[in-house]
Amino acid sequence: SMMTVRDALNSAMDEEIARDDRVFLIGEEVAEYDGAYKITRGLWKKFGDRRIMDTPITEMGFAGIAVGAAMAGLKPICEFMTFNFSMQAIDQVINSAAKTFYMSSGEVPVPIVFRGPNGASAGVAAQHSQCFGAWYSHCPGLKVVSPYSSEDARGLLKAAIRDPNPVVVLESELMYGTAFPLSEEAKDVDFLIPIGKAKIEQQGKHITLVAHSKMVGLSLDAAKALAEEGIECEVINLLSLRPLDTECIINSVKKTNHLITAEGGWPQSGIGAEICARIMESEAFDYLDAPVTRVTGADVPMPYAALLEENALPQVHNIVAAVKKTLNV
Amino acid sequence: TVEQAEFDLQPYEYHKLDDVFPKKTIATRDEMLHYYRQMQTIRKMEDAASVMYREKTIRGFCHLYNGQEACAVGIEAAIRRDDEVITAYRAHGWTFTRGVSVKNVLAELTGRSTGAAQGKGGSMHMYKKNFYGGNGIVGAQVPLGAGIALAIKYKGEDKVCITLYGDGAANQGQVFEAYNMAKLWDLPILFVCENNDYAMGTSTGRSAASTEFFTRGDYVPGFKVNGMDVLSVREATRWAADYMRSGKGPLLMELKTYRYFGHSMSDPGTSYRGRDEVQSVRKLKDPIQACKINMLEANLATEEELKAIDTEVKKEIAEAVTFAKESPVPKLEELYNNVYSDEPPFQVRGCDAFTYGISRQSKA
Repeated sequence: SMMTVRDALNSAMDEEIARDDRVFLIGEEVAEYDGAYKITRGLWKKFGDRRIMDTPITEMGFAGIAVGAAMAGLKPICEFMTFNFSMQAIDQVINSAAKTFYMSSGEVPVPIVFRGPNGASAGVAAQHSQCFGAWYSHCPGLKVVSPYSSEDARGLLKAAIRDPNPVVVLESELMYGTAFPLSEEAKDVDFLIPIGKAKIEQQGKHITLVAHSKMVGLSLDAAKALAEEGIECEVINLLSLRPLDTECIINSVKKTNHLITAEGGWPQSGIGAEICARIMESEAFDYLDAPVTRVTGADVPMPYAALLEENALPQVHNIVAAVKKTLNV
Repeated sequence: TVEQAEFDLQPYEYHKLDDVFPKKTIATRDEMLHYYRQMQTIRKMEDAASVMYREKTIRGFCHLYNGQEACAVGIEAAIRRDDEVITAYRAHGWTFTRGVSVKNVLAELTGRSTGAAQGKGGSMHMYKKNFYGGNGIVGAQVPLGAGIALAIKYKGEDKVCITLYGDGAANQGQVFEAYNMAKLWDLPILFVCENNDYAMGTSTGRSAASTEFFTRGDYVPGFKVNGMDVLSVREATRWAADYMRSGKGPLLMELKTYRYFGHSMSDPGTSYRGRDEVQSVRKLKDPIQACKINMLEANLATEEELKAIDTEVKKEIAEAVTFAKESPVPKLEELYNNVYSDEPPFQVRGCDAFTYGISRQSKA
């Protein structure tokens, strides 16, 4: 059967809130409004004010309150209406949530989930259209996941809620309405995807494409187009940005001898830059037959006009071109 | 000596509250001896820290609590051990009153494995059950405190959360965000503004459009207390704790206090205030002296008894200093531990591509 990413996220929260009384949802418009993007639809009606809490528009304040509640033994799901607004609260995410367990030498765990739409949106210009994968995955003490499909979204969000650490769940704003097939296994209330493990979406022997979130879909589309020309791509869906499953990428590179990374975020200090560095530092370097190249968002703030916006984000042809250049075909 | 005595309390000021506090209180001999000992211990612990800082056995930031002892001791006298506390970077005194020994505080300052946070946190980051630490980011602990109060209410516990910040943090936006949600949701939180007149070197008059800090919660009822009088702090906190336990929501307490040292050990504290000012407070308003005089005048204790306490405190501090200096530094492998909670051991990168550690759980 099919399920949208939206419903996958909704069902994951529904089940985890029902499962554990310490889990509650807090954020702007998550309750009576049913969620700005309707991810929390129906939850307030089902669980009520105690478990589903609307906040004022006050990101730093409610992020801090959520972190404090986690320190005191609850398991908050803190929704940012979009991750762009999490910049108002980034001190609480990094300095309070990510670092306290280490600073307290194990005395104060902070089991919290920060989640919300991330990455490019459509037609909303620079302040509302940006990927925070590189920002948050930079920081030790946080875990960062970035689902692509409905199954990913369900399994990773449930795992994030059960994790005793602060986890940032970056959901692709543009994919909420996309439906994917959902396996019987993924419908189970205890279906969890382990945080820190990548998934090989498609086997291939000529080149490895590594991506996360929406770019997994574009990589699969590129792979399909290239298959018609006899090029077999191995497509890796990272799932987690921290911990990053370097081993999976290394093993794939040893097989294909070629690597392309694809992401929606900016090139500098990005996820692709990190993967390049890790490959350079690993034994996989010796298996490369060509330099690794990155496909990324253009190095500009997101423009509004459709033509410009379209060209500020990777498209399938960017990935196809990168593959052909790398394989010299 | 007598077993108990009645004391006049210092005048209070109120915001959106009637004249609710008593004018007098009764304190027992045991209570007063305990407050005296606690305040004296904090004072001498901080003095020792200042010496150790100057001789470079303590590194980094080091903010001392001298002058403000009656704030922590007075509040502790009115709350329960399982009530919650979170404070700012000036955290040594609170770490002690929450139950960490002087030894473990000083050993944290010297960065030893026997420190309160095994040498991982330092001066601003020490914790204990029901104590969520100092926080190095000015004002960030205030929403955290509101979150702790939210957890109390959520779990239906009969507890309150004491959330402390200074007159400098009182200007942070997130403090007002926390007031708003705390009142909106009637959280059991006592916002405590320890007003020591200076945010680093900026006096309250130069940083706050209103220096009436107890009124700045607007819809949050507030009161101002002489923070140099342990009994006045105790009585105000006692009333506030009952109010919050009865579900009436947050309160804001301003404690007018003073710090004797600079903002931190790197601040001589002389460019923005005169030595005379500090000397005058030390001489006329010192909280420990006031406590001592109260006890002697009321015949609650003899000069000899108090001297004996001073001697015992001195000995305890001397032993703690030795302990802090002689304890082992953390093992190098500790560098990698406690990055994540409840995690099987995993590999962590060191500073080059050939250096890796294994991260484990390691509790003090």
